[in-house]
Amino acid sequence: MTEDNHLDKEEKERLSRRKFIKNSGIAVGGLAVGGALGSVIPWKKETGNQGIEKGAKGEKNYNQALMNFTQAEFKVIDAATERIFPKDDKAPGASDLGVAFYIDHQLAGSYGFNARDYMEAPFFHGEEVQGYQGRMKRREIFKIGIRELQNYSHEKFDKGFTELEADQQDEILKDFAEDNVNLSTVSASGFFNLLRSVTLEGLYSDPLYGGNVDMDGWKMRNYPGNQMSYKDIIEKDFQEIEPTSLQDHM
Amino acid sequence: MAKKLPKVDVVIAGVGWAGGIIAAELTKKGLNVVGLERGEERNTEDYFMVHDELRYAIRGELFQDLSKETITFRSNEKMRALPMRQYGSFLLGSGLGGAGVHWNGQTFRFLPYDFEIRSQTIDRYGKDKIPADMTIQDWGITYDELEPYFDTFEKMAGISGEENPLGPKRSDKYPTGPMLQSPQMKLFKKAAEKLGYHPYTIPSANLSEAYENPDGISRAACEYCSFCERFGCEYGAKADPVVTVIPVAKKTGKFDLRTHSWVRRVLHKDGKATGVLYTDVTTGEEIEQPADMVVLTSYVFNNVKLLLNSDIGRPYDSATGKGSIGKNYAYQVEKGDATGYFKNKKFNNFAGAGALGMTLDDFNGDNFDHSDLNFIHGGYLAMGQTGARPIQNNPIPAGSPTWGKEFKENSLNYINQTLSVYGMGASMPYQHHYLDLDPIYKDTFGDPLIRMTYDFKEQDRELAKFTAKKSREILEEMGADHIDSMDELGPYNITTYQSTHNTGGVIMGADPDTSAVNNYLQMWDMENLFVVGASAFAHNSGYNPTGTVGALAYRAAEGMLKYSKDGGLLA
Repeated sequence: MTEDNHLDKEEKERLSRRKFIKNSGIAVGGLAVGGALGSVIPWKKETGNQGIEKGAKGEKNYNQALMNFTQAEFKVIDAATERIFPKDDKAPGASDLGVAFYIDHQLAGSYGFNARDYMEAPFFHGEEVQGYQGRMKRREIFKIGIRELQNYSHEKFDKGFTELEADQQDEILKDFAEDNVNLSTVSASGFFNLLRSVTLEGLYSDPLYGGNVDMDGWKMRNYPGNQMSYKDIIEKDFQEIEPTSLQDHM
Repeated sequence: MAKKLPKVDVVIAGVGWAGGIIAAELTKKGLNVVGLERGEERNTEDYFMVHDELRYAIRGELFQDLSKETITFRSNEKMRALPMRQYGSFLLGSGLGGAGVHWNGQTFRFLPYDFEIRSQTIDRYGKDKIPADMTIQDWGITYDELEPYFDTFEKMAGISGEENPLGPKRSDKYPTGPMLQSPQMKLFKKAAEKLGYHPYTIPSANLSEAYENPDGISRAACEYCSFCERFGCEYGAKADPVVTVIPVAKKTGKFDLRTHSWVRRVLHKDGKATGVLYTDVTTGEEIEQPADMVVLTSYVFNNVKLLLNSDIGRPYDSATGKGSIGKNYAYQVEKGDATGYFKNKKFNNFAGAGALGMTLDDFNGDNFDHSDLNFIHGGYLAMGQTGARPIQNNPIPAGSPTWGKEFKENSLNYINQTLSVYGMGASMPYQHHYLDLDPIYKDTFGDPLIRMTYDFKEQDRELAKFTAKKSREILEEMGADHIDSMDELGPYNITTYQSTHNTGGVIMGADPDTSAVNNYLQMWDMENLFVVGASAFAHNSGYNPTGTVGALAYRAAEGMLKYSKDGGLLA
């Protein structure tokens, strides 16, 4: 998947914009984090409506705590991924499946630090067919992307993302997905595509990673998870098989 | 100052399929062989926790670490090449067994047409059929000459298969019978037969039954657990170098395998290789390993990189078409496919094996008339059943939302109700498609990266459209209620997975002016240096490449044994 960001796309505009931000005293570590409204909007304590404190079968799940996000960032991601894969009367959504915890945990490790990607300079803006050419690591893209979601929500609806109605959240995400938001920091669609791909990972990876709670992600699509053999059914018509996870190998 | 070790008979750079086969064959005949592998040691026991799509298929546990080395890419010579910073189009192997560990196991023989593609195309259609910048050439070997080596490779790996009704002559049948047939495969077979085609079960390196090979290596049968592609096999049922040829080499006591050893230069003097220089990646120490014979088996990109960084051979010049190192880079045209949605049928799509599926060769090679077509060659059409793991497989009808309520409903509904048919399109070489050294970007030791210049051409666009159309027709016959198929191939994009079927760069041939190695994969310009792998392909066929890589490796090993006795150029 591509999480192309266009840091170098409009070099001139970027420089003048960076100058503006610098002059406003809102540059963090040399990296502009302002969206349309800059970073002047502080994080507010927002009341999310996602209850994910409960883990497996109502027991306390010690895995569900944060190693990367702030609590406010977590709530935005929890709300946004729930819109990407919403709960309905048939199947759980991203929030119930622990997707935001999954993303938090991934960003804290080698994936978030792009440890196995080629991150050597020089960095140039490339063509789409050449893939991601930015210097930012995924955890930085997320930090800024969340800030931009938040800024854009304030710009458009005068509220933080988690305070919006579901259809308003959808509108915000759609504008990101379709690059209708003009950002100078990260590519809006690049961030959205990254968010979408890690959402799918959180829904369907082995529960050991923090998402797919209770294997409910697998159950809703009749995916049997970790099975040692399908030899007995390979010649047969469709079978429903109770899933097992890697934990069953320990 | 590099530490200099005692001289050995043979040193091999890269211990995957090609390196493993050569190590086994040469040590069996008493030669002392050092195998240098920059990755780590691997065993079947490593795969106790292998059923993990995220770790292996998405994060690429078994792939080359791109932070240490990648390639750079540009579509044409006017563009600035930029590094492939993350995986996409192809998945490079690393560690003992190389990409031979994480392959699917689909094992084909290239066609007689492939090895004589230029002559046969001109014979049948005239010279004008070949575009001026398409640099196809005969391989300097025929199918009949290569046939015994195909047979050897198939018996070593225990390939499970049935006769291909349109296949070339075989000296023997497959050593094990075909894989089991799922209802999906039966549906494909019936539809293809009804259309007058000649379907057969994909020849598979995932064993259909327990098998002992001629080297005395016994392996268990495949369990159809669906974790082949991008994974190692916890049963040893999928043939890979670690469970087949490497133990044979080790057992001789003549094979000195050194992992964590990154070969950086081929050393040479007065036109002969004298050994290799490598770095111990755990200590950074530089070590010289002298040898009578040097063998490069380090995948397409590193074979080319090692030659160019060592000043061996004549670098390819795309302006004149002269020179050979880096010439004729080719790939695979695999996007010409179709997906069928079935309203009232459900399949066990989660189950499968890397090489499970049905295929047909009615539109491969020159098995059909190209007089009125704007392309040459073709590709097999197939329906594979590798096992649809859930992160990567969420089929939804084209044009429907990719997130939100409707995406959720569609993806949950269709997951076990879709089947895909695809073409394994052949890839022709062109004058301006090649590999050379990047002028800017370096690997972790400061050596220049390989730069790839490549894009799809009219030939590829036409071929992909053709295979997409044929795939659609088969799905129609299979009774799909809705079918999406590829409309336009678009430009080559390095971010979307296609196949790890990179070929060329050190191509074989009969003429030292137009090829780098002879038909024993011996360097024309350096007789004690052999360069083995898909780097020797003068173009890529409409098949997965490993079967042909294996055959060429056995052929090269035979050449090395001859050379060790008599010396001189072998062809």
